[in-house]
Amino acid sequence: MKILIDAIRQLARYPSAIAGLIIIGTLIGMSFYAVITIPYSEAIKLWQGRDGVWNEIPRNAEPKWVNLFPGINLPETFILNSEDIVSKSLQPLGGGIKKIEKRMEFDFGYDCFPQEMSLFFDATYDERPPHVFLTWLTPDGREINLAERRADAPYRISLDRDLAREIGGLAPEVGLFADPFAEEIVPLQGRYGLQITGWLFEEDSSLDVRLVVFGQVHGIAGTDHMRRDLMVALLWGAPIALTFGFLAAVGVTASTFIIAAIGVWFGRWVDAVIRWITQVNIILPVLPILIIVGTFYSRSIWVMLGVIIALSIFSAGIFVYRAMFLQIKGMPYIEAAKAYGASNFRIIFQYMLPKLVPVLIPAFVMTIPAMVFLEASLAVLGLGDPLLPTWGKVLKDAWVNGALLMGHYYWVLLPSALLMMTGLGFAMVGYALDRIFNPRLRES
Amino acid sequence: MLAVSVRRGVENKILFSAKDLCTWFELRRWGFFRVGSVKAVDGVSFELRRGETITIVGESGCGKSTLAKTILGLCLPARGELNFDGKRLNGLNTRQMRSHRSKIGYIQQDPYGALPPFMTVRRILEEPLRINKTGKKEEMKRRVREVLAEVKLTPVEDFIDKFPHMLSGGQQQRVVIARSIVMKPRLIVADEPISMLDASVRIEILELIRGLQHAHNLGVIYITHDLSTVRHFSEHIAVMYGAKFAEKAKVKDILDNPLHPYTRALLSAVPKLDPANVTTFKEVPPGEPPSLLKPPSGCRFHPRCYAIIKGLCDVESPLEFEAKKGHSVACWLYRK
Ligand SMILES: Nc1ncnc2c1ncn2[C@@H]1O[C@H](COP(=O)(O)OP(=O)(O)OP(=O)(O)O)[C@@H](O)[C@H]1O
Ligand code: SF4
Ligand SMILES: [Mg+2]
Repeated sequence: MKILIDAIRQLARYPSAIAGLIIIGTLIGMSFYAVITIPYSEAIKLWQGRDGVWNEIPRNAEPKWVNLFPGINLPETFILNSEDIVSKSLQPLGGGIKKIEKRMEFDFGYDCFPQEMSLFFDATYDERPPHVFLTWLTPDGREINLAERRADAPYRISLDRDLAREIGGLAPEVGLFADPFAEEIVPLQGRYGLQITGWLFEEDSSLDVRLVVFGQVHGIAGTDHMRRDLMVALLWGAPIALTFGFLAAVGVTASTFIIAAIGVWFGRWVDAVIRWITQVNIILPVLPILIIVGTFYSRSIWVMLGVIIALSIFSAGIFVYRAMFLQIKGMPYIEAAKAYGASNFRIIFQYMLPKLVPVLIPAFVMTIPAMVFLEASLAVLGLGDPLLPTWGKVLKDAWVNGALLMGHYYWVLLPSALLMMTGLGFAMVGYALDRIFNPRLRES
Repeated sequence: MLAVSVRRGVENKILFSAKDLCTWFELRRWGFFRVGSVKAVDGVSFELRRGETITIVGESGCGKSTLAKTILGLCLPARGELNFDGKRLNGLNTRQMRSHRSKIGYIQQDPYGALPPFMTVRRILEEPLRINKTGKKEEMKRRVREVLAEVKLTPVEDFIDKFPHMLSGGQQQRVVIARSIVMKPRLIVADEPISMLDASVRIEILELIRGLQHAHNLGVIYITHDLSTVRHFSEHIAVMYGAKFAEKAKVKDILDNPLHPYTRALLSAVPKLDPANVTTFKEVPPGEPPSLLKPPSGCRFHPRCYAIIKGLCDVESPLEFEAKKGHSVACWLYRK
């Protein structure tokens, strides 16, 4: 224990180690933030994206901070609801039928067109849904009939082909905002309106509407092709990556250590068998085995963790530890400990382990990012955990959907930056620990 | 120089005995197949009484350390009988074996290597006590200070929290000795305890061991290369050659009147009156030490022996003959 505390104290003398610790600390902080603000079940649900949780979020939106760059002024999403209603009337027509009229207005001041437009109805009825007639009002006084339809399903304005044809072949979200007199297709800035005329056919029927004008930017991290806020995956990727990396590193280091210790300690055929298995295991390719397991058995991150640990029990590290163990085993103090009755267990853990700590600790720290990368690679290969939002899965989605071809650089940039920071942080701390524990390296 | 045992005349009870003790290391290929065995100890018998010392001398590789380890239970004998403190040690289970080991102190050759470098002196001395669960914490603390005082590492405070590398070789060996007596053993095995120390501290260390022996009436098995100290340090001596005892007797009998041709050759190179000069076996007698993997037939010394009886020595292994009372020689010259 003391040796660890000393090591941490010494780390303070290495600026790179401090930087590494800050990175690791930030990642840990991020993990806690993620787990506290988005509980596990919530994160899973969000990432599965069922029940239209992302309905009002734009698709493939860039992060909001791109607007900080000069010359970029991408529209944000705005939602018009009952608060934006400027006039409203209700008129009973007899026979339980009512006619309502609502008008909502908003200011549009962007240089870019919105990405998409949808109208969501919030109607109550027993059998007959309300009927609506929608009119678009432009700042220059034109009135465009949008549609006449039943208010029982969202009206995806952008997908309305008839409307597109009517306004000159432009996509509705462009055509409705375009300046009709400009040479190029540019948005007309000013006050727009939506006139809703609705008929309610039942006594207790009511109707509310929400107009969502999807922007081109969203949140700190942007969104993906399924409208999911990437922030969920970026945040939740941290605790998953760290947990996975840590557990895998503990499993790999501890099991390698224990197997090497057992082989050296019991010698004879035990050692021979361990060496033999190790030699065979070393030539077994890890990745293809993982792919086979992922394809035919399970893609669960915990199954992968188990397989990785199982495969690395007999890894090349055995030979390194074996050589060191053999050297330590021959020390007279081990013989002395046996002479005064120390058990095998005590000798391995209290007499041999302390001599190995200097090698074990840096190796352990460096194994963490290796495992994080391995997990990300698996995800990119399509073997990511089916439920969990991870950095690797974001990268995989980005790759499959041609993010870079489409210019969605942020989609690739943020998760890879996080992965690289993780690697960098642990590597910097690991190298510093290596120097502290094995001072001879310092000269060379 | 050193007082002879104060208990002379009182016939102490037999503390330790070995009968026809054999320790063989099996050489295996791939950990499975036996390809031969190194017979490092091959038919050794002796007895040791309380308060007495037996010195075992022999050239390098003759099996002295292996004999020590077999006595300590660190090597399992292939054959033979071991008795300690009236108890037969063969066939003990692991737990009994452990408690047996803890009753024999072990002093090693290399004091620095014998101490775990990452433990303080306090921890090093507490380890045997903790492992064998002797008493409460307070008692352990007291015992640690007690033994440090006994090996004259005083004031205790100056040493107790030090790591081995902060001590001199002599001090390290004192810690090793303290550890060997912390369990209050009755027998101490000292395997070349001074050969790696500076000449200036060798005598001190031997005197310390001798003093502890008198204070606690310990049996001591003292293994050495160095004959110069034997006369004053030890009552008995056994000359080991090729995994067997060549000659075994009182120290005085052997140094003054060696019988075995090997012992004779060994001592003849040295002026008789000054055994202090007998420090090495390097040149005498000429020839190779025997291989323990394929030992010579008959007497193991016969390829080097000047008195060889052809047709007997190179065929039959000599028995141990009692040339005089308490003086046994494994040589056909003394057959009766
Ligand atoms: N674990 C082992 N496995 C195989 N052979 C061994 C083992 N330990 C010792 N030997 C062999 O047994 C023989 C006796 O060794 P031992 O260490 O007892 O000699 P020694 O008399 O103490 O020598 P030295 O004076 O150099 O310490 C040597 O030939 C050695 O190679
Ligand atoms: S038995 Fe024969 S060969 Fe061996 S020492 Fe005696 S005389 Fe020499
Ligand atoms: Mg030796």
